[in-house]
Amino acid sequence: MNQQNSIWLPEAASTIAGDVDALFYFILVTSVIFFVGVVSTMVFFAWRFRRRSPDDRPKPVYENKLVEASWIVIPSILVAVVFVWGFRLFLEIGIAPPNSYEVNVTARKWSWSFAYPNGVISTDLHVPVNRPIKLRMSSEDVIHSFFVPAFRIKADVLQGRYSYVWFEATRQDTFLVACTEYCGTSHSNMYARVITHSQDDFENWLVENLPDDSLTPAQRGEILYTQQGCIGCHSLDGTVAAGPSFLGLAGSTRNFADGTSAVADDNYLRTSIVNPALQIVEGYLNVMPGQYAVTMSSEEIDALVAFINEQ
Amino acid sequence: MSDESHNYLNARKGLWSWLSTTDHKRIGIMYAIACGAFFLLGGILATFVRTELGEPGETILGQDQYNQVFTLHGVVMVFLVIIPAIPGILGNFVLPLQIGAKDVAFPRLNLASWYLFMAGAIMAVCGWLFVGRVDTGWTFYTPYSSGASNAVLWLTSAVFIAGFASIFTGLNFIVTVHKMRAPGMTWNRLPLFTWAIYATGIVQVLATPVIGITMVLLFLEKLLQIGIFDPALGGDPVLFQHFFWFYSHPAVYIMILPAMGIISDLMGTFSRQHVSGYTFIALSSVAIAFLGFLVWGHHMFVAGQSALSSIIFSMLTFLIGIPTGIKVFNWVATMYKGSVWLRTPMIYALMFLFLFTIGGLTGIMVGVLAVDVHLHDTYFVVAHFHYVMMGGALIGLIGGLHYWWPKMTGRMYNETAGVIAAILVFIGFNLTFFTQFFLGTKGMPRRYHDYSEFLEIYPEFAVLNLASTIGSYILGVGLVMILVYALYSLFRGPKATANPWGACTLEWTHTGPVPDEHNFHDTPLVTRGPYDYHLADDVFGKKTES
Repeated sequence: MNQQNSIWLPEAASTIAGDVDALFYFILVTSVIFFVGVVSTMVFFAWRFRRRSPDDRPKPVYENKLVEASWIVIPSILVAVVFVWGFRLFLEIGIAPPNSYEVNVTARKWSWSFAYPNGVISTDLHVPVNRPIKLRMSSEDVIHSFFVPAFRIKADVLQGRYSYVWFEATRQDTFLVACTEYCGTSHSNMYARVITHSQDDFENWLVENLPDDSLTPAQRGEILYTQQGCIGCHSLDGTVAAGPSFLGLAGSTRNFADGTSAVADDNYLRTSIVNPALQIVEGYLNVMPGQYAVTMSSEEIDALVAFINEQ
Repeated sequence: MSDESHNYLNARKGLWSWLSTTDHKRIGIMYAIACGAFFLLGGILATFVRTELGEPGETILGQDQYNQVFTLHGVVMVFLVIIPAIPGILGNFVLPLQIGAKDVAFPRLNLASWYLFMAGAIMAVCGWLFVGRVDTGWTFYTPYSSGASNAVLWLTSAVFIAGFASIFTGLNFIVTVHKMRAPGMTWNRLPLFTWAIYATGIVQVLATPVIGITMVLLFLEKLLQIGIFDPALGGDPVLFQHFFWFYSHPAVYIMILPAMGIISDLMGTFSRQHVSGYTFIALSSVAIAFLGFLVWGHHMFVAGQSALSSIIFSMLTFLIGIPTGIKVFNWVATMYKGSVWLRTPMIYALMFLFLFTIGGLTGIMVGVLAVDVHLHDTYFVVAHFHYVMMGGALIGLIGGLHYWWPKMTGRMYNETAGVIAAILVFIGFNLTFFTQFFLGTKGMPRRYHDYSEFLEIYPEFAVLNLASTIGSYILGVGLVMILVYALYSLFRGPKATANPWGACTLEWTHTGPVPDEHNFHDTPLVTRGPYDYHLADDVFGKKTES
């Protein structure tokens, strides 16, 4: 994952990235030529025509039609070129090939989850290389944005509406996914990884990660802990984040912002999951999403409580 | 001259004479004091932001504090500094003088605009202290803002109120330019600064109501759960962004057009040369004012709007970009066969050309659809708009303040100190923001409290961010230095003459060192264009040079 070759763009790792980079560098080089031209002319004129006496009264210079026409026409042609180049490529980036493998993406404060056709749910995006992948994305709360710098793709993720993005990775590696639409407290910590496999490895991964009926509730809870995004705000090692750590939480006495307190028994844990705004622990803000009563089954909530009890 | 003893500053005395004044010059000074204070506040917040980002991990601000600080930085700088500053300070002070008017068309409305601005501004700052700290970013995007604390309503109300100040100012200038020009001041003899403020007035009057309406809708949405923006209630999650940018993109022209006007006047005066492309610059300002209403969707290329809309918005964006580029060529060409005098205001004008060209070219970069997909909402965008907003609008303002300072205060500032500060500002600015282009192309998203996760891929993020932070301190030192020598000049600066720069516009040629309370003893009769230095025997004495 540790590569770099250009001071500007990250190393390209998708089929479209090379085309985007070519356009980027075309604009960059053209811009540098224009910039150097403007600034060197400016410096030259400022020196060449510097004031020699306070009484200088140069003759007025009026516009030269040919010069004016050239600086209207040349930039117009150049921006027309980059506009057409840019929008054709934009359409290519925007339209997924028909044979794409589809993965559903859910964004929430402040984690991602990726759901596969066979029922596997993962917090990182595992995909095969050299195959177009289409992501169908939606948000459970505010607007987020799915950005993989190495693939040059980005799309906002909205509540109540699907948005799509597609890519075809060209290399087996691990890539960073970042949220680029401001979404609150832990916006800058809402990462995931794209892990690209060979086709065979990917199929094995899919099978290995199928939900297992033989798990204990606490083991299921552990999976839910990452799938549902608890991990974004609640650590397991005592680190304080946007929410309290789960370490030693069960059975402890909780002091609330309103001055009351309670022991964190099973019912307290359950209430805190389904109705987080009811009691806010002292020192924390009321930022936990309130949708888990809807998005999780009661078995899943039981499993999560069992998991928290073990920490 | 007898002006020494009697001018607009000493015509009346006492605090109340200022707070109740309808003199456009005094109102300009009051805007200067207010905007200066808010610029200081916004600048301090910026150094907090940069200090937090100077090292990876949490340094001085927690996540929530950081989000609150960059929100207030954005709100203060956009709504309380860049939008009101040039029309409020220089538009008020200079425009009536430039066209030979005794005052603006509606002097009381002018005073009312200052009070509304102050009411909005004080509401915004007091809200932060006493109501609650908003963390939505200055863009207030729903559904994040409609789910945030009620303090957001307080802040958007402040923006709503301050918006009326902007409308009043714009309306006043439009009417003033139409109806109050001195005899002989035809439209093609208007100084380009006046043209720019006039074009800005059109945008202020047409665009500002939209932000007011948007803020009211947000208010209703949040209080009454109407369901305009909330998809769960049948609303549209992207609609707010359309409304918001329908104002806020034209607002970019409220910020930059007046600065372009200042640069035009500076290039003319300090090159002592006819401003190249006068008609083009004047009319393109007005054209940009209207076209500026048709490009808002370029803020939303990845927000899920239709590909067709994105393509049209991209094309219209370039239509605006071309005249802007041509203006830059014209400003450079103005120096050709001129007599270039490198005093502090001119140094800022050249700095504007340097920085604004970078801002404009990177604007082309993010206007290109396929490239914007990668760059959108990264530090590339942060760097781009700081090059335009600060490198363009604020550097233009600083240049303009240096230029008109002798007229406003009757004093000169120390030229050496001015040059040193300008160099510090230039170095600090570029170190702060040019580094952010590299961060952005590599993929560092904006509004990030921490970038530790990127360090394993790009270890250079640490040094780039540190360089940016050091740059912001250098920039801060330069700006504070300006404040110090400006205050010093108020009390100890040498007395200014009536026309220290040899300019040919009315505010220099027809008033004393400090203008009279009623501007002119006699209504000026205008017989030449604003940059006809070869005809200005009244300024330079009778002489024709070959």
